[in-house]
Amino acid sequence: MTSLQDTTIRSATISVLVENEAGVLARVVGLFSGRGYNIDSLTVAPVEGDGGRSRINIVTSGTTMVIEQIKAQLDRLVPVHRVADLTQDGPHIAREMALIKVVGTGMNRTEALRLADAFRARVVDATIESFVFEMTGQTDKLDAFIDVLRPLGLAEVSRTGIAAIARGKRGF
Amino acid sequence: MSTITSSAPAKPAATEEMEAGAEVLLRALKEQGVEVIFGYPGGAVLPIYDAIFQQNAIRHVLVRHEQAAVHAAEGYARSTGKVGCVLVTSGPGATNAVTGLLDALMDSIPLVCLTGQVPTHLIGNDAFQEADTTGITRPATKHNYLVKKAEDLARVVHEAFYVAKSGRPGPVVIDLPKDILIGRAPYTPKPETLHRSYRPQTAPDAVQIARAVAALKGAKRPIIYSGGGVINAGPAASELLIKLVRTSGFPITSTLMGLGAYPSNDDKFLGMLGMHGTYEANLAMHGCDVMLNVGARFDDRVTGRLNAFSIGSTKIHIDIDPSSINKNVPVDIAIVGDARQALEAILEAWDADTTTQDAGALADWWAQINRWQSIKCLKYTQTHEKGGIIKPQYAIERLYQLTREHEAKTGQQTFISTEVGQHQMWAAQYFRFDQPNRWMTSGGLGTMGYGLPAAMGMQVANPGALCIDISGEASFMMNMQEMATLTQYRLPVKVFILNNQYMGMVRQWQELLHGSRYSESYSEALPDFVKLAEAFNGTGMRATSVDQLDDVIRAMIAAPGPVIADICVDQKENCFPMIPSGAAHNDMILGPEHDSKLSDGSGLTDAGMALV
Repeated sequence: MTSLQDTTIRSATISVLVENEAGVLARVVGLFSGRGYNIDSLTVAPVEGDGGRSRINIVTSGTTMVIEQIKAQLDRLVPVHRVADLTQDGPHIAREMALIKVVGTGMNRTEALRLADAFRARVVDATIESFVFEMTGQTDKLDAFIDVLRPLGLAEVSRTGIAAIARGKRGF
Repeated sequence: MSTITSSAPAKPAATEEMEAGAEVLLRALKEQGVEVIFGYPGGAVLPIYDAIFQQNAIRHVLVRHEQAAVHAAEGYARSTGKVGCVLVTSGPGATNAVTGLLDALMDSIPLVCLTGQVPTHLIGNDAFQEADTTGITRPATKHNYLVKKAEDLARVVHEAFYVAKSGRPGPVVIDLPKDILIGRAPYTPKPETLHRSYRPQTAPDAVQIARAVAALKGAKRPIIYSGGGVINAGPAASELLIKLVRTSGFPITSTLMGLGAYPSNDDKFLGMLGMHGTYEANLAMHGCDVMLNVGARFDDRVTGRLNAFSIGSTKIHIDIDPSSINKNVPVDIAIVGDARQALEAILEAWDADTTTQDAGALADWWAQINRWQSIKCLKYTQTHEKGGIIKPQYAIERLYQLTREHEAKTGQQTFISTEVGQHQMWAAQYFRFDQPNRWMTSGGLGTMGYGLPAAMGMQVANPGALCIDISGEASFMMNMQEMATLTQYRLPVKVFILNNQYMGMVRQWQELLHGSRYSESYSEALPDFVKLAEAFNGTGMRATSVDQLDDVIRAMIAAPGPVIADICVDQKENCFPMIPSGAAHNDMILGPEHDSKLSDGSGLTDAGMALV
């Protein structure tokens, strides 16, 4: 374990496998707000058939002591099956999807399309004065793409927050 | 996590007879061993009250306010080790119960609270007496349920009892819509399978135990710091704690919640620690080289200023709740598990380990502790002149001695509850508990109005015992309506009021931190407590001078019914020693009896004033 006295703030991607029952997300979110922890991003969806279990991915930040505390607090919630700190437990993949709307005509429009190609974003909707791009990638890649579109008529962004999983054969 | 088949809602056998939901509920409660429910009826729970009327196995105690129902169930649970059971109606019934639920959560008391709810089709419609009970109680309970389907009812009740008493105990709410109670529901018995997700670790890790024993054996200045977890682990845990102290020769201190787990009169016991703990306990914590925390949680009332808390010591922490470990204080050796099992493992490993203790260092440490003890930090001066004013500390000491004599003579056991404030701290300091489950106080939440209903619950659980609520006049008035409950059920609870006509602890803080500006802390327009007792068909008595005290206490103990004893005490007395908020363990303020060099008040800081 890294030193609990370390006061540097680190980011942590935490996955929580929960029983898919009413109120479980409220319990998790309430725990963060009630105890003053940060949520930088949160996703939740069922991951087993017939509504058995859901997976919540949370990106949070804090000192080592706070992150250890977050994990322990999550783990003691009754409907929680398992908590994993993907950032600490080993290499992992985190991906996020964004839908990005650009409105404009002329040069800006062609430039936006050219950049989308460079960033490997897909056009999922087009009119003569707008595009909607779909892009999947790491959070910082999405941030970079959104930044370059800003002067080109960026109108609206909708992001999913990250889904994350450990690399290799290691299971949850 | 091991692969155990999930205990999905069992489908009822087709042949099984369906009963009304309320009857299924009572059947499940009976199977869980419930003998008493503390409750208050209302529209949404009428079907349950109808079912209660038609059976005799479960007794119902009608309280006068829902908060009191929860505290009574806490008193019942803490004095017996069983799960307490509460029944309240929807809306205001449920919201009135919230304070009690949070109190039980903070102090780890196992409860199941049944709340009525409007019928499922009305939920969310702002119906009459509707409240989002699961939403409101989510942060005030260990877990809660809303039963939306009849086939879930029995399973949820069984699960609620399991969750309430497993791991770190706590309160569980079951919200019951009225249509579920009226409609037919199948019965499912207590499941044999493990819970699908909640399986707290109770067995300690052997490697950590070995590390702990090595640290303990090598200790030169050790201290054991025990808490409510030892009480919750059952009387056997207290026995093992005593054995560990006997084996090791270590000094031991206790939190407010842990009092009674180790006999207070033993010479190894340094008294309570923390904000109003003893000088020797706090300095021993400050100066130790190895600390063994058994079932306590490094609460801010105990640690004082964190960055000055027992610097450099090796800290071993036994707790059943992993989130208690490394929450406030980083520890060196973490042992997740039940206190009884962990103490057992430590004692076994201790015997197996062949290293010998450093007897010389331990003797030096005890010599140091004895020097700290010699200042007698709990000293006070009581006049014995006729008409002399009663010191509150003396009132508690006499109560202790006279109940002890009574117990020796009659075998009647004494159970004590308190309200919150100065009287609570004096009770903790001067009433010498020597058994677990005899002391009930609101530690974590600090709920004024806890003591009287808690004493009521203790008396219901222990009909032959002497149950005393050590109270203050302000706290008592927060739940004094329960005097009517005492009379109705002939519960001979004794209320021992240390009446100083102030919210004493508020007044003390105002004196020390706010220039003696006693803003709103004076108990104006107090009732005549003797007449009040009589109005409730109890007995009232009063002592205004020291020569009357023993007679009043004796009469109180001897009275067959409920009593209010109004003990008029010195209004100006403060509770010492005191570590002000934000100060370190060695920045203690001692009482007026002591050398000012030891109590210069240097711990009082502006930063500390901002703390509670």
